[in-house]
Amino acid sequence: MNTKMKLFSYNTVDTPIHQLSGLTKLICFLFLSFAVMYSYDIRVILLIMAFSVYILRVSRVQYSQIRTMVLYVMVFVLTNLVITFLFSPEMGVELYGTRHVITKLVGSISLTWEQVLYQVTKFFKYISVIPLGMIFLLTTNPSEFASSLNGIRVNYKAAFAVSLTLRYFPDIQREYHDISQAQQARGLDLSHKAKFMDRFKNALLIIIPLIFSSLDRIELISNAMDLRGFGKSKTRTWYTCKALNRADYVALILSALIFAGSLAVSAFINHSRFYNPFL
Amino acid sequence: MKKDLFKVTTKTIVATGIGAAIFMLLFMYVKVPSPVPETSFQTAYGLSAFFATLFGPIAGALISFIGHALSDAVQYGSPWWSWVIASGVSGFIFGFAFKRTKVEEGEFKGKDILTFNVIQIIGNLVAWVVVAPVLDILIYQEPVNLVFTQGFTAAIMNIVSAGVIGTLLLVAYAATRTKKGSLAKK
Amino acid sequence: MEKQAIIEFKNFSFQYYSQSAPTLHDINLTIYKGEKVLIVGPSGSGKSTLGHCINGLIPFAYKGEISGSLAIKGQDTREKSIFELSKIVGTVLQDSDGQFVGLTAGEDIAFALENDNVPHDAMQSRVKQVAEMVEMDQLLNSSPFELSGGQKQRTSLAGVMIDNVEILLFDEPLANLDPATGKTAIEIIDDIHKDSDKTVVIIEHRLEDVLHREVSRVIVLNDGRIVADMDAHELVCSNILTETGIREPLYITALKYAGVEVTCDMHPGYIETLEIGSAKGTVKSWFKAIPPETPHSENPCVLQMEAVSFSYDGARPILQDIHFDLHEGEMISLVGKNGAGKSTLSKLLCGFEKVDKGVIRYRGEDIKDKTIKERAEIIGLVMQNPNQMISKALIYDEVALGLRLRGVSEEEIKPRVEKVLKICGLAPFIDWPIAALSYGQKKRVTIASILVLDPKILILDEPTAGQDYRHYTDIMEFLVELNRLGVTIILITHDMHLMLEYTPRAIVLSGGRMIADTAASFILTNQEVIEKANLKETSLYHLAELAGIPDGTHFVQGFIDYERRLKNR
Ligand SMILES: Nc1ncnc2c1ncn2[C@@H]1O[C@H](COP(=O)(O)OP(=O)(O)OP(=O)(O)O)[C@@H](O)[C@H]1O
Ligand SMILES: Nc1ncnc2c1ncn2[C@@H]1O[C@H](COP(=O)(O)OP(=O)(O)OP(=O)(O)O)[C@@H](O)[C@H]1O
Ligand SMILES: [Mg+2]
Ligand SMILES: [Mg+2]
Repeated sequence: MNTKMKLFSYNTVDTPIHQLSGLTKLICFLFLSFAVMYSYDIRVILLIMAFSVYILRVSRVQYSQIRTMVLYVMVFVLTNLVITFLFSPEMGVELYGTRHVITKLVGSISLTWEQVLYQVTKFFKYISVIPLGMIFLLTTNPSEFASSLNGIRVNYKAAFAVSLTLRYFPDIQREYHDISQAQQARGLDLSHKAKFMDRFKNALLIIIPLIFSSLDRIELISNAMDLRGFGKSKTRTWYTCKALNRADYVALILSALIFAGSLAVSAFINHSRFYNPFL
Repeated sequence: MKKDLFKVTTKTIVATGIGAAIFMLLFMYVKVPSPVPETSFQTAYGLSAFFATLFGPIAGALISFIGHALSDAVQYGSPWWSWVIASGVSGFIFGFAFKRTKVEEGEFKGKDILTFNVIQIIGNLVAWVVVAPVLDILIYQEPVNLVFTQGFTAAIMNIVSAGVIGTLLLVAYAATRTKKGSLAKK
Repeated sequence: MEKQAIIEFKNFSFQYYSQSAPTLHDINLTIYKGEKVLIVGPSGSGKSTLGHCINGLIPFAYKGEISGSLAIKGQDTREKSIFELSKIVGTVLQDSDGQFVGLTAGEDIAFALENDNVPHDAMQSRVKQVAEMVEMDQLLNSSPFELSGGQKQRTSLAGVMIDNVEILLFDEPLANLDPATGKTAIEIIDDIHKDSDKTVVIIEHRLEDVLHREVSRVIVLNDGRIVADMDAHELVCSNILTETGIREPLYITALKYAGVEVTCDMHPGYIETLEIGSAKGTVKSWFKAIPPETPHSENPCVLQMEAVSFSYDGARPILQDIHFDLHEGEMISLVGKNGAGKSTLSKLLCGFEKVDKGVIRYRGEDIKDKTIKERAEIIGLVMQNPNQMISKALIYDEVALGLRLRGVSEEEIKPRVEKVLKICGLAPFIDWPIAALSYGQKKRVTIASILVLDPKILILDEPTAGQDYRHYTDIMEFLVELNRLGVTIILITHDMHLMLEYTPRAIVLSGGRMIADTAASFILTNQEVIEKANLKETSLYHLAELAGIPDGTHFVQGFIDYERRLKNR
């Protein structure tokens, strides 16, 4: 495990996207990802995807920052593509209600245009949320994260729990690293040579001290927070909360329109979540 | 009893924050490969079952939800909502073991182990065999047979993981607890 | 003007839920507005418990039985909520990482205001104002990893001052701080006390360090009872410190060795106020009479570092060009300011991290290709925090773990573990659960679990942090014993007393470079090294000045030699 890794490589480049308030970005992220999650219309999905790739460019995210994510996602989506076909080669036919065979494959299985459309749409549906998430993660200051959640009416205590997670993840990661080294120095074998049961036991030898020292830490932190009045009233203000300005409202309205547009396409043009060119 | 179950104190919140951080770490890095190729036991569900038993359903639900959502975000760039929500549901149900076992009083034996495991199995089944597949179908229109196959595999893996790791952690924790008026100077 | 009581304990006792006897007995204590009070006492005497009663964690977070009464500003604390109390009492906890809940310094300082629903703009300006008071205004956007221990401590201080509390309570503010930062912390606390009329309560083991600035009174707790409540001068003249196992200031020890009777009219509470007048001659002749120690013959070299450099991220160098030789059977200190790279150096020796440049040799052989496991057979590392090493429930299993992992047979393990537990003074506890041990005992369990692997070289990272004098002496005497058996020992420490008392030689790191490798007595009298490495000169040096002894270094060395002979080492 690489302890040099930062949780989010948030970088302070000065772009219009970075300047938006965290709350705005969170709401836009939710609007746009719900838009693609709802719609099964490949035209809508591709449009939103093109838009978000453009925003990704504007926010000057480097490819090196997102390379591992892209790889992970590709592996995931391609696996999904293959097993979907293996499990349900007729899924498209069921969904669209017609059957246009392209070519016969082994046995009774054949490739249909409906299946192709279904799988291609699903493929883009999956990958189109990725740039959206990346924009949000890489351009939002982690400090603004909790106040933004509270801004969309998430209970402030739950929002603060997220902030604590971000605050203590690096500490826990470092501690995990230290414990695992200390145990290795006593002869623990963490390599892949060990047998399954041994690896299981060895993992426990690291997890147990990690968790038990965290229990002490929980007591300490909650005392510190009680002593400084956490939870005394029903609401709370945030030091990092930025006031919304014009750019924020523009972004909010734009993403709301895209969301509404995607719903409208389904409701008035396709008359369902699906775009069906076969009828 | 019911009221107690959902009480949120500062400690619940801190346990949630720290628990989610550990969940993330385990979820991303500490997977124990299973004998079945290409699959692994997520030790993270052992952790969420343990924390849920100590701190209740709210903490349990949030730990799995936040932990899973953030690890997905770090790894894939965006949370995989159907599975993230299922994780949250599993943690929530694990939380019903809170106050139903005597682990805080330093006892975790036969009956408590059984209670914990029954709850943990129900939680995993509901989350992975019902919630996750249904959401997958609703949101992504995944093929029914595919999602249920995946769901069953996940449920079994997570039942084993929560059962073994969760039980071991609780037994170890019970050993560190002290009873009322039990500590005397030597 | 009539003194106004702000904290009043009357016949107060407290018993924790899980305890069979009260932890605090019959406390009668009044603290007046504007006072600065120091509370000392051995570990487990109930100091933190007393602090918890004042800030409301008892009975809010810790359950138990209270009898008698405690009033803050004339009102019984049982009638107040912890939130009301937090408006009056601000607490700075020992662990600055635990207290630091914000993602940046600014957020952390603002925490109390956020909970109070202070509007955003008012909050920003108030944070700025308070940050200026503790000189943190340039660092408001820094995350905890970018701050040094001292800066985190300042952040915590600002975080409680922001609420305009009347009482400031510090629980061991100096633990884990390097000596100079600790000194600055005491100065900041003192300045705040003088500039505002706040009441200050400090709980601390390091008596001499707190007495760097004046305090109104010192209260000594022992076994849950108040055994002394007097000013610093009176206290150091009495026998109370030695009787309760608290370390007295070093210059007092030296005066006692010299046969000087310490009396109140010498104003001995602070080195700054000490007048030794007629005793000058006594001190001088005592010093002259100490026969110089004959230097030891040098053993062969066991470990060498040659031009070692290291960086975690490839960009910021952490260690640069480190050179030193360690001889067989030596016991040395590794000292330097917070973040200087001491722990990093120990990780390089154990192979946890790989050197970027340079060579580490063991008995002349490069150990670059040895794995962590192989190096562990030569070099054992005891980490600072015992909780990070302990993974078993029972002491026996914990100590046996390393041997089991190495596949040693159970018949062979038993005698080895028993022997080590005996050396470490843990034999009576052999089948105890570790959870029932105190911090100091846990620390010894971790030492035992490393010792059982028979390392030739032992590295201990802050072995005595947060321990009281009695446990400190236990641990150190035990290490001396091991050292006699031939184990070479490296101690990483912030405790200058420890360095002086136990290790003839010390290596000083500053900003990743080695700036000294010489006699411990010399380091603590050398202004340049002291400044660069955030150390603090020893009060013995001032005593030498007061006694008119020009060669301070020799005086310090003389003291060490005398003490060593006294303790027959
Ligand atoms: N939460 C608790 N439950 C039960 N007993 C406790 C608790 N906290 C402390 N004690 C006991 O109370 C006694 C006093 O503890 P306290 O922490 O006040 O000591 P202290 O003087 O601050 O020591 P130190 O210098 O080591 O911090 C100890 O014997 C300890 O075991
Ligand atoms: N795992 C790590 N990754 C990156 N940087 C680290 C890591 N561990 C330590 N550092 C950095 O290396 C520097 C030296 O740290 P180190 O822990 O060696 O200091 P130290 O001398 O032991 O300090 P202290 O007296 O506070 O314990 C610090 O600036 C620290 O922030
Ligand atoms: Mg204490
Ligand atoms: Mg260190």
